[in-house]
Amino acid sequence: MAFEALDDLYREVILDHFKNPRNHASLSHFDVEQEGYNPLCGDQIKLQLEFQNGRVSKVGFEGKGCSISQASASILTEEIQGKTISEIEKEIQFFKSMMQGEVNDEDQDIGDLEALSGVRKFPVRIKCALLGWTTLEEALRFYQEKIKGE
Amino acid sequence: MDVKKIRKDFPILSQKVHGKPLVYLDSAATSQKPTLVIEALSHYYKEMNANIHRGIYALSEEATQAFEATRKKVAQFIGAKEERSVLFTNNTTESINLVASSWGQKNVKAGDEILLTQMEHHSNIVPWQLLAQSQGATLKYIPLTSDGQLDLSSLDRLLSDRTKILAVTHMSNVLGTINPIKTLIAKAHAKGILVLIDGAQGIAHLKVDVEDLGCDFYAFSAHKMLGPTGVGVLYGKPDLLESMPPFLGGGEMILEVYEDHATWKPLPHKFEAGTPNIGSVIAFAKAIEYLEKVGLDEIRTHEKALTQHALVALQELEGITIFGPKDVEVKGGVISFSLADIHPHDVGQLLDQEGIAIRAGHHCAQLLMRALHVPATVRASFYLYTTTEEVDFLVETLKKARRYFHRGF
Repeated sequence: MAFEALDDLYREVILDHFKNPRNHASLSHFDVEQEGYNPLCGDQIKLQLEFQNGRVSKVGFEGKGCSISQASASILTEEIQGKTISEIEKEIQFFKSMMQGEVNDEDQDIGDLEALSGVRKFPVRIKCALLGWTTLEEALRFYQEKIKGE
Repeated sequence: MDVKKIRKDFPILSQKVHGKPLVYLDSAATSQKPTLVIEALSHYYKEMNANIHRGIYALSEEATQAFEATRKKVAQFIGAKEERSVLFTNNTTESINLVASSWGQKNVKAGDEILLTQMEHHSNIVPWQLLAQSQGATLKYIPLTSDGQLDLSSLDRLLSDRTKILAVTHMSNVLGTINPIKTLIAKAHAKGILVLIDGAQGIAHLKVDVEDLGCDFYAFSAHKMLGPTGVGVLYGKPDLLESMPPFLGGGEMILEVYEDHATWKPLPHKFEAGTPNIGSVIAFAKAIEYLEKVGLDEIRTHEKALTQHALVALQELEGITIFGPKDVEVKGGVISFSLADIHPHDVGQLLDQEGIAIRAGHHCAQLLMRALHVPATVRASFYLYTTTEEVDFLVETLKKARRYFHRGF
């Protein structure tokens, strides 16, 4: 098969998340909702978060877009379950550095996130992988503003 | 028409991409260039480079003559009686902006309407939005039928007493739809409404005669018709262009400059401020000569056969949706489609691996994407150098791509 050169991009974990996205639902109750959009290719993400005792208790996402953008968002929703805002912020920074090739992820157990490390070799697709994470970053910013105001 | 022979005139077509022969199916974005255009460009910089319309030395005169010779060539090619009705710009987008700004600011008032269509490229929407916002005018859109043609059932109502201009594409860059512009122009003119044709796609594939069409403006770019990038054309009826104020001010377009005002040169120079893309304009003449030599009718016949072949072959693919008309009499060599289970962006990535260049995305036509209820499509577009074998290879590779995407499931 001539597409072997793309195996690192389209790992089976990614295709699995794309075809069976986790937490793919619209939540009836949430504390913050944020949409993200990549005008270049039309990828869309809508992220909803619910917090309890300072930790993420529920996540829902919906979206339309390429396998990388949707799989990355799906992985993200599993990653942040039960985590605090500062833990999630660290995770976002880690993921961004990973996409920019600034961290060595080989010795760390980072679960399904590891599957996205192959995207680095395809610079055009990094934006796709980041969409969910930048949307998450915005969501956290709005949530923090909201609780400050309360 | 001998496609194999034609391909030899396009050096880039013998390139390899990821070790595979380049299969270039993105001519609607930009066409490839024949050797004689590339050579004309380098000839200008090697032996003719000088600014035009000002030097009294031999080089400048030679460059000026070659530049003006292209204007004559373009006028001939589009059937314009007068050379002064052919203006050089940077691209189709600038040509449309010129009309929206110069003609529009003077003639469109609060409460007036501008009529567009849902299949327009952003370059034939956004300039009119800017105008409408500054003047307090309203934009109206001709809707589409389910097979991607203009739905003209409400045209008589849409061409209202308030409509000032109809701006419509000759051929859709997404669906390939060839619009009945002659009929539209006649209907608009019957109500005293001006018509601008966005010819960015149309002129590269269809014979255009602006006198016969009767359009008020026809805008296009050199780079989609074998010419270099950075050259646009605006044809306008001379009386209209005369009545319009300058678009950009600066050198080249003035007669005399005083502290508080200036006077303009006659057409076409009134609309050509600043040093133009001289070398590319000169090389553009070679592109037109090439198209004339092959013959636009021949090219259209070739593209019709190719499009028909592609439509049939693509239908075999499981889960495919093809957008736009299926009748090649009203469709140029542009096919937009989507696959049920692979996003266009992923299709593009997989095809690229096999050397196939296609476009994935919204194609600068978000209104159309919304009308089709899709975020993006895959678009394959053909030209005189595209072969049946390339189309077959596209279909085969799409089949392989589906198998690859479903591995392990």
